[in-house]
Amino acid sequence: MTRPAPTSSATLSTGPSIHFKGSFTFSTGPLFEDVSLRLGGGEWNCLLGPSGVGKSTILRLILGLQTDGHFDGEITADDGAALTNRVSYMAQSDLLLPWLNVLENTCLGARLRGQTPDTERAHSLLHRVGLGAHLDKRPASLSGGMRQRAALARTLVEDRDIVLLDEPFSALDAGTRADMQELAAKALWGKTVLLVTHDPAEAARLAHQIILLSSGGATTWPTPASPPIRDIHAPDTISCQAALLDHLRAGTAITNQTPQEGAR
Amino acid sequence: MKRLDALWALLAGIAAWQALVMITGAPHFILPSPLRVASTAIKSYEIILSNAWVTALEVVLGLVLGTALGVATAIHLTTSALARRIMLPMLVFTQAVPVFALAPILTLWFGYGIGSKVIMAVLIIYFPVTSAFHDGLSRTPPALLDLAKTMGATPRQSLWRLRIPHALPSLGTGLRLAAVYAPIGAVIGEWVGASKGLGYLMLLANGRAKIDLMFAALITLAIMTVALHWAIGKLAARLDAYAQG
Repeated sequence: MTRPAPTSSATLSTGPSIHFKGSFTFSTGPLFEDVSLRLGGGEWNCLLGPSGVGKSTILRLILGLQTDGHFDGEITADDGAALTNRVSYMAQSDLLLPWLNVLENTCLGARLRGQTPDTERAHSLLHRVGLGAHLDKRPASLSGGMRQRAALARTLVEDRDIVLLDEPFSALDAGTRADMQELAAKALWGKTVLLVTHDPAEAARLAHQIILLSSGGATTWPTPASPPIRDIHAPDTISCQAALLDHLRAGTAITNQTPQEGAR
Repeated sequence: MKRLDALWALLAGIAAWQALVMITGAPHFILPSPLRVASTAIKSYEIILSNAWVTALEVVLGLVLGTALGVATAIHLTTSALARRIMLPMLVFTQAVPVFALAPILTLWFGYGIGSKVIMAVLIIYFPVTSAFHDGLSRTPPALLDLAKTMGATPRQSLWRLRIPHALPSLGTGLRLAAVYAPIGAVIGEWVGASKGLGYLMLLANGRAKIDLMFAALITLAIMTVALHWAIGKLAARLDAYAQG
């Protein structure tokens, strides 16, 4: 059975398409050359590939963060506006501040910028992610899943058009991970999402577009016909996941990474 | 339980001291008994307290000023690459100079009053506070700083709202060291040249063969140092608890 996609009432905004094209070079040599990819606007785009191939570097470049090498290329949005202050980020680690409670952590962006936090909105989003009863708790007293939900609420409060997720569910147990995938997919519906992941099941379930990155460049991988969020038991989800895993295993087996690349 | 242990250790120490006096039969002008020292402390409490107050003032002022200078330097080192290039090697170099050797010069420059002792205490705690706090500020997780940047925070906003709270336990470590070093700095300064303070009183009592008074002053200094260490330890524990949630 295919799960229905969230209705348009859940849509907060529609993100733009993003075009990424360019090469990246470390002082020791190129990380990737002439990689071209397009992130579908308002869609979940899952980026997979072996470790050290440059997935996190692409994510950092879109975020506008410092990298250790030189990027020669361009990153543009199809609406013509600059990406600055339009991208939010959620990492594998929840990055919650231990000295702030859940509500204060959720309003971190405003606190950092010296703005008055919109606590009403933060309240509402924390209820939406199931943390309504834990607003005053410190991160140390929360489970891993609850901490990631707080991190998700913090991402949602920023209300950016583009959301970059760097393996945000990889440290969670299988059940919590599945719950978080559904929660994030619903909460971020309508935004342009780039999810860096190593999990073919996650990509098969959530992606509108699957992008495979290898030393040869970026290619798209066919997604199941049914729309996300897909039923994990659906045959097309299972077959997509299995084929993707086979492909990644074959790619890993033939990839000769240098120690430096492997460390990134 | 810990307090009870400390009380037993104190009683055991006094008993050992008394036993040493009885076994060796040392005269009171070499090793006075605990009872004699206690009696002198009670009889001379006014002179001891008036000098203890001066030493306490030197230590507290030294701690406050040294900590403020250390914190300011650590923040400056964190925010300025130029400061790191120029000041860090200088700071390391200054550690090659024994601070105690500066005591006569400080007395010459700043006189016999509390000024030279406060500066001595400042100099002795400045490096541990600076070093510990700068180390903490430098160890903010890079992912956290990346997150702050994506949220539109400036480096200054990240410094005040992320880096400094994150580094508070390291500042606590520096303060714990400072609480041990500051009284040493003040007393060394008093030994070199002073007209007041417990260090001065100890030298004076020693010169007049009033060893029981010297011991009373020494024990007062020890009590003050333990109290300071306890208070700073409490403060550092609060900093730890705050930063760790």
